[in-house]
Formats: sequence, C-alpha cells, structure tokens
Amino acid sequence: MTVYSSKIVTSSEGFATNRQEMLALVDELHALKDRAKQLSEKRRKLFEERGQITPRERLVRLLDPGMPFLELFGLANFTVDTTDREKSIPGASTLAGIGFIKGVRCMIYASDSGINAGAMTQKSGEKLRKCQDIALEKKLPFVHLVESAGANLLKYQVESWAHGGGGFQRLAKLSAAGIPTLVVLHGPSTAGGAYFPGMSDYVIGIKGRGRASLGGAALVRAATGEISDDEELAGSEMHATITGLVEYLAEDDAHGLMIARDIIGRLGWNDNCPAPAIRSYKEPVYNPEEIAGVVPVDYRKPYDVREVVARLVDGSDFEEFKPRYGSTLVCLQASIFGHACGIVGNNGPIDPDGAAKGGQFFQLCDQANIPLIFLNNITGYMVGKEYEQKGMIKHGSKMIQAVSNVRVPKITLYIGASFGAGNYGMAGLAYDPDFLFAWPNAKTGVMGGEQAALTMDQVARSGAERKGVPVDEEALAAQKKRLTEHFDSQADAFYTSGRLLDMGVIDPRDSRKVIGFALQTCWEARNRKVQPNSFGVGRL
Amino acid sequence: MRKFNSILVANRGEIAVRVMRTAKSLGYRTIAVYSEADANALHVRMADEAVLIGAAPVQQSYLDKAKILDAARQTGAEAIHPGYGFLSENADFAKACEAEGIVFIGPTAEAIDLMGNKAAAKRRMIAAEVPCVPGYEDPDQSDATLIAAAKKIGFPIMVKAAAGGGGRGMRLVHEEKNLVAALGSARSEALNAFGSDELILEKAIIEPRHVEVQVFADTRGNVIHLGERDCSVQRRHQKVVEEAPCPVMTPQLREEMGAAAVDAARSIKYRGAGTVEFLLDSAGSFYFLEMNTRLQVEHPVTELVTGLDLVALQIRVAQGEELGIAQEDVKLTGHAIEVRLYAEDTTQDFLPCTGRISRWIPADLDGVRFDSGIDSGQEISPFYDPMIAKVIAYGENREAARHRLIEGLKESVLFGLTTNRGFLIDILSEEKFAKGEATTAFIGELFDESRLAAKAPDEAEVAMAAVLLYQAERDRARNAAVFVENELLDWSSTHPLITRYIFDAVEEKIDTTVSPRREGGYEVGVRDSVLIVEVMNSGVNRAQLTVDGKRKRVHFDASEEGILDLAHDGKTCRLVNSLAFPLSAEATAGSGRIAAPMHGTLLEVFVKPGDTVEVGSRLAVLEAMKMQHDILADIDGTVTEVFAVAAKQVSVDDMLFEIEASEE
Repeated sequence: MTVYSSKIVTSSEGFATNRQEMLALVDELHALKDRAKQLSEKRRKLFEERGQITPRERLVRLLDPGMPFLELFGLANFTVDTTDREKSIPGASTLAGIGFIKGVRCMIYASDSGINAGAMTQKSGEKLRKCQDIALEKKLPFVHLVESAGANLLKYQVESWAHGGGGFQRLAKLSAAGIPTLVVLHGPSTAGGAYFPGMSDYVIGIKGRGRASLGGAALVRAATGEISDDEELAGSEMHATITGLVEYLAEDDAHGLMIARDIIGRLGWNDNCPAPAIRSYKEPVYNPEEIAGVVPVDYRKPYDVREVVARLVDGSDFEEFKPRYGSTLVCLQASIFGHACGIVGNNGPIDPDGAAKGGQFFQLCDQANIPLIFLNNITGYMVGKEYEQKGMIKHGSKMIQAVSNVRVPKITLYIGASFGAGNYGMAGLAYDPDFLFAWPNAKTGVMGGEQAALTMDQVARSGAERKGVPVDEEALAAQKKRLTEHFDSQADAFYTSGRLLDMGVIDPRDSRKVIGFALQTCWEARNRKVQPNSFGVGRL
Repeated sequence: MRKFNSILVANRGEIAVRVMRTAKSLGYRTIAVYSEADANALHVRMADEAVLIGAAPVQQSYLDKAKILDAARQTGAEAIHPGYGFLSENADFAKACEAEGIVFIGPTAEAIDLMGNKAAAKRRMIAAEVPCVPGYEDPDQSDATLIAAAKKIGFPIMVKAAAGGGGRGMRLVHEEKNLVAALGSARSEALNAFGSDELILEKAIIEPRHVEVQVFADTRGNVIHLGERDCSVQRRHQKVVEEAPCPVMTPQLREEMGAAAVDAARSIKYRGAGTVEFLLDSAGSFYFLEMNTRLQVEHPVTELVTGLDLVALQIRVAQGEELGIAQEDVKLTGHAIEVRLYAEDTTQDFLPCTGRISRWIPADLDGVRFDSGIDSGQEISPFYDPMIAKVIAYGENREAARHRLIEGLKESVLFGLTTNRGFLIDILSEEKFAKGEATTAFIGELFDESRLAAKAPDEAEVAMAAVLLYQAERDRARNAAVFVENELLDWSSTHPLITRYIFDAVEEKIDTTVSPRREGGYEVGVRDSVLIVEVMNSGVNRAQLTVDGKRKRVHFDASEEGILDLAHDGKTCRLVNSLAFPLSAEATAGSGRIAAPMHGTLLEVFVKPGDTVEVGSRLAVLEAMKMQHDILADIDGTVTEVFAVAAKQVSVDDMLFEIEASEE
C-alpha cells in the first residue's frame, strides 16, 4: 500500500482557474451534443402523431434503466457537414454506444430520425462500421434501430457508397463469429438500407411504419412504371407474412423495443461468460471530480500526471516503475475496479531512457496479461544532438514496436497534447487501442501549431540567408499566423472527434468510469465463449 | 369432566392459529381441520396433525359437524376448541361433542341455546335483574302486536332478529310509519340468515357506546369478570376498533357493570369464557344487549390489560380445574387497542377483496401484537370472512397504545391485497377517537363517501415509486449482467438517460421521468413538477428516501415487472407502468390474409364475403396427409375475399381468405 500523497490544494486559485476552464470546455461539449438533441426534439410532435417514440426515447426504452452507458462517436461528423462550428450538427444523425439490455452488454446503433429523417451523413457509415468492429472484437450483440431515409442523393459521394458495403459485410462477419445481430425496423430502410434487415439475424418490423425494399414506390414507378404502395412493396406486415424477412411483427415502437429486449434476454448470453473473481477495492482517496481542477487546459503548462492517476485508480494507490530512470515517462502499476492495470503517463517529452523504460514496461504488462492505460500528454520524443546521439530513434522505435505488438487491452485517453511520434508510442489511433477517448482540452496532431509555425519560420529565415535576400517580415508573420491557425484548427478535440479519430470526447471527471467500463468490456470479451460458424446464419 | 391431552381446533384463520399457539405452549397435541381452499394455510402448517374436511364452501367444511367429528375420531382428538363463528355457538355441535365423549371447550349446550335466542335471553336477564333495554321479546309475532309494543316502548326503536347477530335482520326505525316495512324486510333477512324469522324490538339508544364485559366461570361455581372492552367504533354494526379499558369507564361503573355481567353468567350456570354486551348511554346508564357464549374476536385487548391468557383459562376450565383467580386478583394495567384488518376495498363500499398476498411482514415493534393467519404468498379466497389479521397495541396509557397501533399499521408490509389499513389509520388518527369520544355513530358521521373515495397518489409518492421501480429494474438487470460495479450504476458518459414511466393511477395517467443526477439522487418529473429524490437506504421491501430534502419512510414491492406497490403513511397504491405493458403485447399480430399452410384439399368452406368473423373463427377445413386442419381467422373483422373453394386442391401459400379488420 502506497497511497499517493497529493500536493494539490483544492482551495488554491490555480485549482479554481483550471476547474473553471475545464468545465467551460465540458459545457461546450454538452452544448454541441444538445444541438443534435434539440434539432431532433423538434420532430417530437410528428413522432407522437404517428404513434412513434422519439429516437432518444427508443434508446432509453431499449436499455436497462440505471445501467451504465458508454456513448461512442457522439461528435461524429462535427465540422464535416459544414466547416461552420456554430452550425455543424454532431452525431452523424445516429446514436451509438455500449449499453445493457436485460443485463447483456450490447452495441447499439440507432438512427436519429428526428434529423433529416435519419438520412445518412458523410460519417454515418464509418461510425457504423467502427461500431461493428468494436462489437465483433468485444463480442457484443449488435442492435440496430433503423429509420433512415437512406443516403442523401443530393450529397452523393462515391466513397460513401464504396465503403458503405462494409456495414453489411460486417453484419455477415458478426453472424459468422457467433455474435447475434438484431434490427428493429422503426421506419424506412430502403435501397442499400434494405440489407440491414436482410443481413441481420433477427428482424423486428413495426406494423405500418417499418419498411424494407430495394426501391420505394417512387423509384419503382420511375424504373418500371409499376404503381404500387409502400406497404405492399416494403411493409413489415408484408415481410412478416409473405417474404419471411421479418421474424417478429410489432404493433408499434414500444412493442418492437420490448420484443428486442426479450430476444436479447432469451439469448442466455451471459451463461457463456464466467463472472470474474470478486475483488474488493477502495474508491480513490482523492475524488475523481477534482480532476477538472488538477489539469490546466493549456498543455504547455506543466503538472504532475500522478495527480491525475491518484484520482483514477483504486485507493489512489499505485507503485511506480523505475521512477528515477527516464522519469518523464511515468509508468505505474495500479488497479481500477479491482482490475490490475499498467498506467503510462507523461511528465514531459520522452527521452531515450524513458522510451526504453516504456518498451520494457509494456512487455512486462503483456507478460502478466495486464491491460495498459495510456494517458497522453506528450509533445513528442526529445530532439537535439545529445538525444539523437543517445539513440532517440532506436529507443523510441523499441517503444513503438512494443506498443504495436502487446497482446493486452490498450485504453488510451488524450488528456492534453498528443503530438507526433509521441502519439504513436502512447497508443494513439493508428495503434489500435481497444478504446480511445479524448478530453475536451486535448490537442492532437503532428505537432503543435506554434511549433509548426516557428519551424517554418526558421526554414524561411535559413532559406533567405542562404539566398542572401532580406527576410520579408510581414509575409513571414502572416504565414506564421496562418500556419498556427491551420494546425490548431485541426488539433482541437471536437474537430478530431468529428472525424472519428477517437471514440468520443468525455468529461474528464468521468475518466475512472470510462476506463473501468472499458476494462470490464475487454475482460468480458476475452473471457466470453462464442460459437462461430463459417457463413453466418442465413435466412433460409 | 374428562382430562384431555389433544385439542382439535374446529376453525381456520387467525383464531385457529391463536388457539393453537397457546395449546402448543401448554403441551397439547394440536389438530387442524381445513377445507380444500386452506390446504396451505398457516393454521394447517402449524398443527401437529391436519385433516381435510371438504370443499371450500363453509357448509361443506367448517360448518359440517359430522366431518369435524369424523376428523376428531380419526385423529383421536379428546377436545375441540371451536374458536369464534362457525360452530362456536352451535348448541347441537356442543351436544354432539359431549355425546362422542369429546370435551367441547366452551359453555354447555344449554347456555348456548339460551343465549342464542335473544328474546329468551332477555327474558332470562330481566328475571335475573340485569338491566335491559326496554323492549318486546314475546313469541307473538303478529304485526299488530309488534306495532303496539313499539308504541309502548317509544321511538326510535330497533328491530332485531331473535336468533341473530352481526347486524343481519337489524333495522333502526325512527317513526311508526316505517315500522311495517322494516318488520317485513327484517323478517326475510332473519329467515335467510338464521332460519328463523322471529323478531324482537328494543328501544333504540341513540349514539350509545358499545361496552362489553368479559366474564369467566369455572365448573366449581367461581364466576369473575375481567373488566370491559369498548367496541363503539363500528361500521354497520360490525366492530372495527376495540379497546380496553373503555375511555369513559369509572371504577364504580366498572364494578356495577361487572357485577351485572357476573350475575348474568351465574344466572345461567355459565362455564368458560363469555362476553356480556351492554349499551352505555351518555348518562352512564347501561343496558344488557346480548351475551356471546364464545371467545370474542377482540379478546386480546383484555389479555393485554390483564396479563392473562384467555385460551389457557378456557382450557383449564374445560379440564374441570378451578379458575385459580379471584375477582380481586384481576388487575387492569395500561391500555390496549385492537383493529381488525380486512381484505376489503373501502373506496368501493367496503367490498370484500380476494387475491394473493404477495408480501406480509408484520411490524416488529414493542407493544404491538399481531394475531393473523396469513403469510406471504397466501391466497385470500372469497369463501371466508375477509378479516385477515388483528393488530393490537398495548401502552401504559391510551395515547401510547394509540400511537403504537398507528405505527404498527404503518410499519407492517402488506402487498398484493386491498385492505382497510388506511381507513383504520384514519380512524385512529381522528381527533374524536383520540379524545376517547367515539360512539357507535362515529364512523357514519365522519367517514362519508367522499372521504372514503380513492385518492390518487401525490407527487412525492409517485416520485418515490418511480425511483424505486427504476432501481428495481436496474438491479434486476445488474443481477443478470456478468458484472457491473456500483460506481457505474446510474451513469452515462453522455447526457443523462431519462427513463420514462406512464403510471396508471386512479383515473389518471401520470407521466413520470427519472433522471440520475451527477451529484447523486434523481431528478424526477411528475406531471408538471420536478422533485429531487434520494434513496438513503433500501431493503427488500422497506426504504428511506428524501423528497426535496424531506425524509420519508415507505414500504414497497417491486417483485412484479413494471409494477410498483408503494405504502406510505399506511396508504397503499399500486403504480402500473403502462409502457411496460403495450396493449399490443397481448394482441396476436394477425394480418387478415389467410393462406393455405400446406398442400391439401379443402373439405369445407364456412364463410362467404361479408361475414363477420373474430380471431379463432373457423373459416375452412383443409385435409392434408390424412389429417384435418382448421383454417382460422387471425383478426376480428369482415371477410372481404374468399378464394377458397370446397373440394378443391390448394398449394401451400395459396391465398384463401382476406379479412378486413374491424374498427376498434
């Protein structure tokens, strides 16, 4: 037992400032999500008139009350639909996350049909595929609530179509992997969308609302001149009685969701996963709520990452690995919810010793099958003659090699800066972390904007000197400004999250819960038995 | 007198349990009898032996003397305790017991007979100089004689069945002109209820107290009284609340009434436990009403103030022993109040209720006694008296007893059955009752229809129910999960997830939302209000919560999905989340398009276009593989198309009929 002794004074002015600034960013995060919520809510009356339930309420009805829910890709498509941050609608017109249905941990992906009738946005397909990938890897039954006008033909992009097939391909892969897929047809699912029910293991169709056809009445008339109505062409009732595409015919949304819950409940899914040994643990001595005041939102201001860890881990208790060696890379052994884990954080740029230490630490965790948690606040590996000569590349590479190949779960949080190769060594996006979330203050990119601008400034000055021409100070200042903005606008957490470069932006105070939830999800995935088959279940 | 070592209890419910408790503690072998409806009842499980005596209706079981005597023979029972009701005041049964050589724990058949006829009893009491209500109790039953007698006594007047009890055949007549009609209806009711239409008349004592004296006599000539009980709080002549001592009793009056009661008992050579009922008017005059020759329902209040076990005394007397207590040994200490808990709906004119008791946990409080024959999971059938338990509280004074009783009622967990609990608490909380001023007119005056009408739960109650239902659903899911840490409950990484319930309450749908708060507790929207609810602690059926900072204690039952039963301050409400029960969930999802389920030949077609059909109507018969299959309608509606032709071959999926659904 070595309970960390915090040096943070929660009554200090610095703490108050940090907290205020961090919570302002959290408010901004909520305001962004509210934007989508409110837009969707505007259609409430329409839903109610049709006897339907709103998309958000569908999600809540599907889930067990009070059980945890981890939203995924909640900011998807932010500043992708429009570059205007004030107008962009995050979420990609879908709601997704990991939640519980009758005690079964499931992946849920639902059309937010209050927004443009659930029409696909540029990032909707990618969000779907990423959720499906997580479901496959984490062995989560996949529940899809569909009500979508389909692809927006006015914004057609060939890539969306080309990659879009992956959403159906993954349904087949899930089915073959022994992971049930279920779709509730709340509304239309036309053209490509028709393969959602077509390729799902269980289809629940809502009478009079759920529809699936390759072409709607309008397209059919245009294509063949045939006059038909949508119910004959695509209706749930038709599919339940004539084609057999719909397994369960529901009277309305509420009934359909109840059937969905019932089906998941009847899978006996948790019979195939042992419960872990019960471990007792203590909540952190230092309240996780304090995190907001511990961390300055500006990554350039130094702080001790152990203050963050003390507010994440059980009992605020950890052991530090090689504290006197390569000390800017902080490696700690701790536990969260009783799960042993290795935690890696940064107290400055990584030097060759730190890189070597990190690589070794990752391997030790791998050897003991202990998940790794990466708290990214890294501006990069050290540069300079001394460091290069000490083998920065060689040691950094070893670290990146280790992080690439560890077999244990990796959970990454961007809690400040995550730049350059530092991001790689700290299990950034490209290193396939099992879960990856960002705090709203996080900045990611090849380097900081200021650094990029200064670098280019230096390059320009050297060039001018070489050519013997005078430096155009005005042009250089303009370039510096432009570059800083160009880098910084792409570094912001909301921007990167909109591009699905992480799984979402979280409230820093929820970090312990997010990591704990992720650890449990990984544990379940690795201990659950599934019964794969070679072709998936066909609707025979 | 024969000595005995075994006792058959010819009764059921709380009194059978009560009698057996004492009998067992005294070392007797106990034998229960039971009807088919009571196979799993508490009294059956408690007895050393139990004999099934017949079907549920009382005539075929608990009132069937032959079957009960058979049971006694089979089990070698040496004595029978009849409890109250049923055969307890049946002289023939008492005689039959004696004839069989079985000790009847009760008075002699002669005493039962005598006191069973109110007219004869009154004549006897007048002879014994026991004060009686002026009245008429002669065998001449002509209307003219009765009218003349009534005039002589003076109005208002009470018409009663001579053989009766329990308020049946009883009429209060204020004016002469209403008398003939009252005589007619009382006669027919008396005949139906007691097999005799003989009536008696009595001067009606307006707003009297009902005060009764417990007497005890042994076979050695000792007769004592154990003080009085006040049973004034009655509803339609049925006792609801009983207490000892009577709030307006004085030592002198007690001595007078006690002496009168002892005289009454002595005059008929009484044996065992008996109760002499009097009316006590506001001037302190008392009149003999009747004598009950059995152990009374309300005997526990006397036990609590005297410290005696009346059943033990009954057994002792039946064994031929001396009472062993002299009048001067009887000391009354403190105060006891009893209420009768009925399975009845006070909002529906006290309609008896049946159902399954999903949970019964009597309060564990000092000074509160429960005499009950019920258990969690027990079915309350329509065959027997709806009284399911008696709750009796003792205190050093009346106020202490009253408070304990209210607490005992509030703190007992009872779900699954509608009861009069709230009504009892309201009675006990009434100022007039608290002051000890309640007379027999009390309930009629203070509890009119509007006060008894069903009340919708208030917002705080709905909010608590919603949170408890939410937590029950959460915990059910958690138990089904592989594992979920406490810290993660009520947490979402994004906006709080708002759970919605639409509760069906009294003539209202209450839209309710529950949303966990980051700082703990829940924000609950009820109708147009927002309340903050925190759960301080919550056990299986009890919880302490705060609503907007105010602490509340409740009982709840969340064992049925989508339903929360809540009891708060003795008021019980059942909140059914209509969202958990979509109407549609029960409907068969029929389409009205009926196709042939397989290849075969249609033997017969039963419908033609325009016919009205309902779900399950036979439309045709198909023969396939030497088997006949009915083709049935899958919705209610009208047949619009008939493609089916009799004697024709059909292929699988051939459309046979189309039915257009009828409008709802």
